[in-house]
Amino acid sequence: MKHLLSAADLSRSEIDSILDLAEEMADVQRRPIKKLPTLRGRTVVNLFFEDSTRTRSSFEIAGKWLSADVINVSAKGSSVSKGESLRDTVQVIDAMGVDGMVIRHSASGAPAQAAGWIRGSVVNAGDGTHEHPTQALLDALSMRRHFRSLRGGFDEDWSGKTVAITGDLTHSRVVRSNVLLLRTLGAKVVLVAPPTLLPSGVTTWPAEVSTDFDAVLGEVDVAMMLRVQRERMSGGYFPTPREYTIGYGLTTDRLAKLRPDAAILHPGPVNRGLEMAADAADAGASRILDQVAAGVAVRMSVLYHVLGGADDKETNA
Amino acid sequence: MTELLITGARLIGGDAGDLLIRDGVFVDPASAGSDVERIDADGLIALPGLVDTHCHLREPGREDAETIESGTRAAARGGYTAVLAMANVNPVTDTAEAVEHMKAVAAETASAAVHPVGAVTKGLAGEELAELGLMARAGVRLFSDDGKCVHDSLVMRRALEYVRAFDGVIAQHAQDPRLAGAGACCHEGEISGRLGLGGWPAVAESVIVARDVQLAEMTGSRYHVCHVSTAESIDVIRWAKARGINVTAEVTPHHLLLTTSAVEGYDPTFKVNPPLRPDEHVEALREALADGTIECVGTDHAPHAAHDKDHAFSDAAFGMLGLEASLAVVMDTMVAEGRLDWAGVAERMAYAPARIAGLTDQGRPLEVGEPANLVLVDPERRRTVDRAASLSKSRNNPYHGRDLPDPVRLTLWAGRTTFRDL
Repeated sequence: MKHLLSAADLSRSEIDSILDLAEEMADVQRRPIKKLPTLRGRTVVNLFFEDSTRTRSSFEIAGKWLSADVINVSAKGSSVSKGESLRDTVQVIDAMGVDGMVIRHSASGAPAQAAGWIRGSVVNAGDGTHEHPTQALLDALSMRRHFRSLRGGFDEDWSGKTVAITGDLTHSRVVRSNVLLLRTLGAKVVLVAPPTLLPSGVTTWPAEVSTDFDAVLGEVDVAMMLRVQRERMSGGYFPTPREYTIGYGLTTDRLAKLRPDAAILHPGPVNRGLEMAADAADAGASRILDQVAAGVAVRMSVLYHVLGGADDKETNA
Repeated sequence: MTELLITGARLIGGDAGDLLIRDGVFVDPASAGSDVERIDADGLIALPGLVDTHCHLREPGREDAETIESGTRAAARGGYTAVLAMANVNPVTDTAEAVEHMKAVAAETASAAVHPVGAVTKGLAGEELAELGLMARAGVRLFSDDGKCVHDSLVMRRALEYVRAFDGVIAQHAQDPRLAGAGACCHEGEISGRLGLGGWPAVAESVIVARDVQLAEMTGSRYHVCHVSTAESIDVIRWAKARGINVTAEVTPHHLLLTTSAVEGYDPTFKVNPPLRPDEHVEALREALADGTIECVGTDHAPHAAHDKDHAFSDAAFGMLGLEASLAVVMDTMVAEGRLDWAGVAERMAYAPARIAGLTDQGRPLEVGEPANLVLVDPERRRTVDRAASLSKSRNNPYHGRDLPDPVRLTLWAGRTTFRDL
């Protein structure tokens, strides 16, 4: 696997391979000395054109625990405002001989464009309102762990599972990656949002669409809540935060209507009281902190799959 | 005395015939002198020199992307003998002095007649009228804030009213700035939603066209819609014409050929304003150009230096080249499809644009006494487009790698050879 640009790039076996290796990597997280020699001699640049403490730290820790040399480059603000083109920026770094770039950009498609301009590997760490494939992978890992923890376990058949993703779908890169990944796994996805926050063409996505959260609540195995960006609240997408919460928040009342074995996910950070009540975030069914922990393991696994060992790299070149 | 005799060219509405050009004018072929230069045009079609209602020559201000010299060389390569140069240069063409400057540079360097388009508002800011009357005295007939929409209804009303005094035309870049806001860079639909690109809904164009035609009716003024891109706009234009409102419209070659699917790979070459639209809009545009609802082709030739395109899709500059391939695209989308014959091509690409822009020495028939503006067209020759071969200074060519007609063999502007490939 040369790059990871979209969740659509991953086959079922690749997803399973990434998640299985992530579980092994998670064991490293629990060791007193968290270090593997796997990527020794490899150099990874975290190229972040957009702030993201959580994702950047997660990739940085993942790279370092695999013994890669990790360099963080903050290129905050668009490359346009600095007068240098995106192409120049990535080609300059590529010319230094790095093996891979983890790219976060406020513009959709930027990592895909970069992959066409450079020799090294690219991992999409979130591009505009397009995709965030490692987030979908860590969500899948959290879900799988949750299903395995239930009585009766999990036979890896996702076709009986229903995941409701609720919130600002239009501006969410998390939802696009999750829909693609969950489709490959075979789960049923229900997308829930007010009509103003449904993406154009959403009815062509491999998912069901609803504007009535209560109608789907009792059916779901996973309630994935999305963050509502503060700027959307004054953008005319919905009248008031209060009305949004009453219509689409995971309130205490709705928490009680969830199936007892349902999991609650959120990519964070949570707007408590807006998209979910505090007691929902802290509920026993909440996997939110597990998602954060899974993030490092998944990114270790992804970096391994993309950058590989010495032999793999040569065959990929 | 310079003479050029073109023999055997197929003439519109008739059989093969000869054309004699003397001192920039068509004269009686029977009067050819013995030492006349001859061109055998057997198998070629003679069309009036093409007229572009809409191009960007980038001079003054961005001569790294294009100059009047390079842009009109590209125009001649495409069969054009006159171009209307939009006002969004730096400084903006919003004064008579700016108009005169552009004309002076063109007089020294151009390979086609350059007619500056005047800005509607000062600095294209959409607030105060530019000196429309003084620019009209300098020869301007077409006014546009192209690149931006005159979105204030009262400013639009005043502009339409004001230019009536000198039979001016307000050419609108129809784009509601709220419906197609700052992040809009792709037709709003399935692809924009999936790729996470800011959506530019079709109605953002048609609501402005609908408002404007009503203002044109109220003021009795001439109104021209730049680069129509949607079926809804065409519906509005048809309605307006049926009411007798004085509205004309243009379509770009790229909107006749390319669809939204071109942006799937996030290649900024295909980022253009208005955006490429889905099939049903493309079909509506072809139909409207065929039936005359859309009178003419305007290239919206928009050259950009590589460093203005080598960004993430949403950060890259809008626009694509158009002058060199315009006729080729019309041939493949309209002539080959049986929607236009060669007389129709002459009407849509020469006669109508000249009429709309108020040009009296362009878009004229190839008849004795008329200015010798001519393009010889090879209807059979094709090529694989290579962006490196462009005569433009820029390389943002959306047809790179595509098989297209390569029709232009000779372009004459007022009798002067501006492009020759035979």
